[in-house]
Amino acid sequence: MGSLLSVTFAPAVCMPPRRVLGAYLEEARSECLRYLRAPGFILPMTLFSTVFYLMFGVVLNHGNPDAARFLLGSYSAFGIIGPGLFGFGVSLAIERDGGLLTLKRALPMPAGAYLLGKMVMAMVAATVVVALLLLIGISLAHVRLRPAQVLALLASGAFGVLPFCALGMFVGTLIKGQGAPGLLNLIYLPMAFLSGLWLPLSMLPRVLQQIAPIWPSYHLNALTQAAVGTNKGPLLGHVLVLLGFAVIFLLLASRRLRRNG
Amino acid sequence: MHHLVDPIACLKGAVKRYGQLTALDGVDLHLRPGELLALLGPNGAGKTTAIDLLLGLIRADAGAVELFGQDPQQIGARRRIGVMLQNAFLPPTLRVGELLRLTASYYPAPRALAESAELAGVTDLLKRPYAKLSGGQQRRVQFALAMCGRPELLFLDEPTVGMDIEARQKLWAAIRQLLAEGCSVLLTTHYLEEAEALADRVCVMSGGRKIHEGTVDEMRARVALKRICCRSALSVDMVRAWPEVSEVRRESERLHIAAVDAETVVRRLLDADTDLRELEVQRAGLAEAFTEITRGANNVSSDNQREAA
Repeated sequence: MGSLLSVTFAPAVCMPPRRVLGAYLEEARSECLRYLRAPGFILPMTLFSTVFYLMFGVVLNHGNPDAARFLLGSYSAFGIIGPGLFGFGVSLAIERDGGLLTLKRALPMPAGAYLLGKMVMAMVAATVVVALLLLIGISLAHVRLRPAQVLALLASGAFGVLPFCALGMFVGTLIKGQGAPGLLNLIYLPMAFLSGLWLPLSMLPRVLQQIAPIWPSYHLNALTQAAVGTNKGPLLGHVLVLLGFAVIFLLLASRRLRRNG
Repeated sequence: MHHLVDPIACLKGAVKRYGQLTALDGVDLHLRPGELLALLGPNGAGKTTAIDLLLGLIRADAGAVELFGQDPQQIGARRRIGVMLQNAFLPPTLRVGELLRLTASYYPAPRALAESAELAGVTDLLKRPYAKLSGGQQRRVQFALAMCGRPELLFLDEPTVGMDIEARQKLWAAIRQLLAEGCSVLLTTHYLEEAEALADRVCVMSGGRKIHEGTVDEMRARVALKRICCRSALSVDMVRAWPEVSEVRRESERLHIAAVDAETVVRRLLDADTDLRELEVQRAGLAEAFTEITRGANNVSSDNQREAA
């Protein structure tokens, strides 16, 4: 009897690869839908950088094209970081607290679908933010961009958000529930200031200029500035630093998630 | 015959400690195909820890945990289960239909969306955002999510908390239907009548240990007392004086008597009062049995066990 029944256990429940892929896609789709429908989440993320750019790049700029171009780059960097830090960090912290992550771990969700879903959501949100800034920059601030530059800036949005996803994920594993937004703002705003996203670095004290390269946002800004044509230097170093940042925080965060759930 | 069948989920001498606190202290638990096993016990008895182990959410410090003969952290094992946890805040802005579609996508051969919705009674809610539902409706949706993957084993952790009586009856009917299809269920509940209504077997836990396991009838039998109820003019004092009677009280015209040897008491009653009417004799309910069993266990173990998670 025992052996007969143990035969029924043997055929492990097989999931066709198509259905596994489908599960990943469903997860990403749901993640995007739920946040695009949450104004409390999507508005601060898009309004921060666009309102700043409207104010400093258009209204107070008095038609200086170089300033408008520079600010398009730096506010893009600023706007790209938000979805990464908050999209990942806040939602992870809240879902660890609310039991959703526990439920997902108990369900047969494919490994990584949860994090990949959030990553896709952050990439979509970052692309939307950059598209809004481009719209303002081209139509109101009269920044002239070649199509290749537009694409380069959108691409820096979609991929530049990833290291900040990893950082947000790490913070999301440190803190549970509603405390996360506060801590993330304590990282977000000073980091943006110290890496020259609000004021050009040349206007900051010399010490701050020298330590700026320790912030990942400094390197993202180098990429967005290159996209809009104000940074002509080599980019490989910046890309590698951002990649390293992403890997380190991803490892730290997944270690904490495995240990503490 | 039963013990020959391989369990589909089991704990073997499972131990789980949280620092100084021993949440599970060497528990054996076997769930057989097609049965509903109810896990009962006061808060902190270790029920949730046992379930978390079986779901692969935590690892045992000692002992073995198996789900369909595999480690529960293997996704292949979890593709055969459905889960309804006690506190799960699902994404508030997603609609019920979207939640069902997402959860069904995790399984190899899920139910059709309409079928899950029908079975859980949420067909009229499919277009509504989850946050706009009442507590009872949310529980029904969570039940729909638990069984949408056509699981062979369903984990239901306090499924009817926050439901009104009608909704609870409907959920019970749905659970019975799943059992009839051959699905097994591991249920934890605070409502003893729920265990009484649904369970093939009950397992009572206290202080991280299993203190009783058996059928509902066996558990009731652990409590020897029976309840006798009748309309009679006999005085309470007179009945109390009979040696077989352990407790008696009067509610208007009715006498309520608790006794171990009910037959002798009934004979005496009928002899003493020829006008006696509406005689009923009942065995103790699960509630009495549960109180009795856990009280016994608490006396033994309250010294060395603190409330566990």
